[in-house]
Amino acid sequence: MESDRQYSNRKYVLGAVAVVIVIVYLIRLFTLQLMSDDFKRNADSNAFLKRIQYPARGAMRDRTGKLLVYNQPAYDIMVVMSEAADVDTLDLCESLGIDRGWFDRRMVEIKDRNRNPGYSSYTQQLFMSQLSAEEFSSFQEKLFRFPGFYIQKRNIRQYAYDNAAHILGDVGEVGPSDIEADDYYQSGDYIGKLGVERSYERQLRGEKGVEILLRDARGRIKGSYQEGKFDRAPVPGKNLTLSIDLELQQLGERLMKGKLGSIVAIEPKTGEVLCMVSSPTYDPRIMVGRQRGKNNQILSADPMKPLLNRAIMGQYPPGSTFKTSQALTFLEEGIITPQTAYSCSHGFHFGRLTVGCHGHPSPLPLVPAIGTSCNGYFCWGLYYMFNNRKKYASVQEAMTTWKDYMVSMGFGYQLGIDLPGEKRGMIPNAQYYDKYLRSWNALTVISISIGQGEVNLTPLQIANLGATIANRGYYITPHVVKEVQGEPLDTLYTRKHYTRVSKPNYETVVEGMRRAVTGGTCSSANNPWYEVCGKTGTAQNRGHDHSVFMGFAPKDDPQIAVAVYVENGGWGATYGVPIGALIMEKFINGHLSPESEAKAESFENRTIFYGGTER
Amino acid sequence: MAVRKDKERGVMVSLDWVTIVIYIALLGLGWMSVCGASYDFDQGGNFFDFSTRSGMQIVWIGTSFLLAMVILSIDERLYDMFSYLLYIAFLLLLLATPFLAHNIKGSMSWIKIGSFSIQPAEFAKFATALCVAKYMSRTDFNIQRWWDFLVACLLIVMPMGLIVLQRETGSALVYSAFFLMLYREGMPGSILFAGLSAVVYFVVGVRFDADPFWGISAISLGRALVFLLVLLFTVGMMRVYTKAWAPVLKVFGYGMTMTLAALLFSKYVIPFDVTWVQLGVCIGMIVYLFVLAMRERYARYAYISLFAVGSLALYFSSDMMLDRLAEHQQTRIRVLLGMEDDPRGAGYNVIQAKIAIGSGGLKGKGFLNGTQTKLKYVPEQDTDFIFCTVGEEEGFLGCAIVLTLFLLLILRLIHLAERQPFAFGRIYGYCVMSVFLFHVFINVGMVLGLTPVIGIPLPFFSYGGSSLWGFTILLFIFLRMDASRNRFVHNK
Repeated sequence: MESDRQYSNRKYVLGAVAVVIVIVYLIRLFTLQLMSDDFKRNADSNAFLKRIQYPARGAMRDRTGKLLVYNQPAYDIMVVMSEAADVDTLDLCESLGIDRGWFDRRMVEIKDRNRNPGYSSYTQQLFMSQLSAEEFSSFQEKLFRFPGFYIQKRNIRQYAYDNAAHILGDVGEVGPSDIEADDYYQSGDYIGKLGVERSYERQLRGEKGVEILLRDARGRIKGSYQEGKFDRAPVPGKNLTLSIDLELQQLGERLMKGKLGSIVAIEPKTGEVLCMVSSPTYDPRIMVGRQRGKNNQILSADPMKPLLNRAIMGQYPPGSTFKTSQALTFLEEGIITPQTAYSCSHGFHFGRLTVGCHGHPSPLPLVPAIGTSCNGYFCWGLYYMFNNRKKYASVQEAMTTWKDYMVSMGFGYQLGIDLPGEKRGMIPNAQYYDKYLRSWNALTVISISIGQGEVNLTPLQIANLGATIANRGYYITPHVVKEVQGEPLDTLYTRKHYTRVSKPNYETVVEGMRRAVTGGTCSSANNPWYEVCGKTGTAQNRGHDHSVFMGFAPKDDPQIAVAVYVENGGWGATYGVPIGALIMEKFINGHLSPESEAKAESFENRTIFYGGTER
Repeated sequence: MAVRKDKERGVMVSLDWVTIVIYIALLGLGWMSVCGASYDFDQGGNFFDFSTRSGMQIVWIGTSFLLAMVILSIDERLYDMFSYLLYIAFLLLLLATPFLAHNIKGSMSWIKIGSFSIQPAEFAKFATALCVAKYMSRTDFNIQRWWDFLVACLLIVMPMGLIVLQRETGSALVYSAFFLMLYREGMPGSILFAGLSAVVYFVVGVRFDADPFWGISAISLGRALVFLLVLLFTVGMMRVYTKAWAPVLKVFGYGMTMTLAALLFSKYVIPFDVTWVQLGVCIGMIVYLFVLAMRERYARYAYISLFAVGSLALYFSSDMMLDRLAEHQQTRIRVLLGMEDDPRGAGYNVIQAKIAIGSGGLKGKGFLNGTQTKLKYVPEQDTDFIFCTVGEEEGFLGCAIVLTLFLLLILRLIHLAERQPFAFGRIYGYCVMSVFLFHVFINVGMVLGLTPVIGIPLPFFSYGGSSLWGFTILLFIFLRMDASRNRFVHNK
């Protein structure tokens, strides 16, 4: 008994051992369960098979209801790396018609987290995209032989017509930067890359759905998680109605064949873009599916830059079309009245400076000056404005006032059209000249009054000038989407922007533009059906002059304002006026007269040679 | 007659209800876990359906209660009386088992009776405990005597060996828990220390064998560390078990100086395998200790010298031992030591178990909401890996409650054992406590990835009749002994 008791203190050692073990285990449990989420995520990716359900992307129609863009089913092959270890690679390659090298490269690419930030070996990763229905059905029969490979149905874009590529844009697989910017996207998803597809991505894409399935250790599906309580049905994308008139667009593209340049037509009352042609164009249907990458490369390499949407990205001197904006400014500032006449003897002469003009009676008041596009008149206007020290303390102040007028007409900044990539053009201000010239005055900058020099506009801005004049003083930001299904249009595209010029002064300029058609530079646009107002432009540049036209019709109830810009087309009357007239006729009459049709055909076949130089 | 009634009432009154409450609480939580682990998302489940595991577990729990009541009504002196007989009977049964058993996953430990299978190894524990208690409670037993100690060890090792023959290494290892009891009964602590040292040598030697030491590729880190540990452990033992300071300082000083000098030479002059110098130091130390033992006529130096010899022998044979183990056990050891990463193979169980537990968080996913366990990612999720279900569904709080209950049970058993009036009861009590401690230590540790994957059940949690009955018998015999502890006191 005594000897037994002598070790009774050892009970504390044994008790301590038990306590220490439990404490160590509790610490371990603490680190496992509370210190990191990794295990939770790991368990979820084990057990939950998140089957993504792709919504149908919204369709697009033109303003008359013609279906332009829609979806067609295609099949993607997905791979779950952790399950695909034992796949017979040779068999797989044969079944899919790919070679072993491509397979190996693709597997490396998928696992590369730089390129594929969302990579996980437990979730489906895109292996091969957009199998056609035939390819799909033959592969599906063999699918059971390839564990870890799955088929995902999704929709691919189809374009009904070969027109309006620049407006419609296209979709492509998301890149790493897209995934980083918006965690909605996963590798292999599609995103609008250009055009409306890009600017209305959020409305078009809808909302992906997800179905959470339970998957056991052998990969068998054990039903849906909590009876689908956490499932989300996909929300289909919204359909868009474009303001584009397909037939008008088609005519525009026909007329611009073989030429570089742009046609923009706007409905003045609403700011809706009726057609927007950028030439050369391309067939949007080649930018679909697996050949997109290759074709995109070919188009990018083309020296004529077909991917460039010249209507909003081309920045050109507006030439004489700009004179309308000058007339409006001078009138509003009281520099001239409609009766003011300036002399012009084949141009504007001041000291050694000469701005040439063509032969016409002199002196002329404003309306015929616009009608004949007199350079001298507008040079004098600017001269008197910039040298008016009663009104403006300095030439800088005059310049700033002038610039404010220009900006109020939508120049110098992006208009805010609902397409990506719009350029702002160029309206110089006083600071600009202060910076680049040692000293300057009205004469130094005189050419801005006739739309030359530092002034650059996009064809869209020129068309918008036409729309503003047609509206007698305001414009609505041009836009190509007329209606988003179940959603009001952004107020940006319904709000009127008034310029700094009052309505009566617009009436004077409208008269001038009408005069240009009835008895001036735009006479070929005159027709018996409705009153056309127009203004030509012949923009000088390093090469052959650009041919420009801006106009609207009918005069008293304008339905369409149009700008035509043909690079190196020569006189405004050569290409600009007749093309503009055809566009207006088509839209207002709904068809072309036989004579006009013949004219259209001849323009379609006229090609301007541009040489092989980079443009 | 009246006297007898009082005695009966006495058992119920003096019964340790604290232990019984813990027992019932663990059984309840265990049953919930079995429900969770065997639940099928597809079919839903009626937990009381006897064709399911949760339903069957109710049967096992019910019969365990019956068994407990039967045990409580048996006079505890019968166990004392029949302990040798029981032990021999179970030895024979264990001997016969491999011949009667049919193969279940390589194990030959299950005997089929009708539609049920029982595992004699689970029941042999209480018989062994009784027998060892009986033997060691003899008045002429003295654990300090080699012969008595050896016989006690033999009583423990015999069933162990027979169970190894059934290829149930895990169940056999449980018997090593009895050494905790031996320690309490006066076995020298140095034996436990030697055992612990053996494990350390093995782990360090195997784990770091291939790594270079201090960037010198000629030296195996594992080997160098083991020799260093031999030196340190031996010096430590000299310090603890002999009173003389001088030899301790001499051995430590010379040993460390030579090792360091060799190491610096190897690092900066000519790289060579320093472990040979270390080996020389160790051998020199052994010889010196032996000489000391002879000269001073002090046997403890000889024992310490033997410890050092044993240490070296064990280290050199550890590689051989590893080779002797079956392939899957070798892999398990390497995976456990972090030398191999094999998420689909041997490490799979442990990784999935960690994921299951780790995904539970603070409060768990809720009863029946564990995906990891129910979708069969964790193998053996209702038997050996049942603790995963607790971790996943009840979270950290649930785990803490379960572990605390086990700790309370173990501490309570120590307390009960210490209050036994006779060595027999105390020794048996420590056997019971040791078995529970070992099961919890190994089972929970394995699920948490801290101990090797040794397939033994978690008491009261793992599904199965044999283990539940086995633990119930083990526990209630002791509770019955405890309930009548006062009788002997009064009689005196």
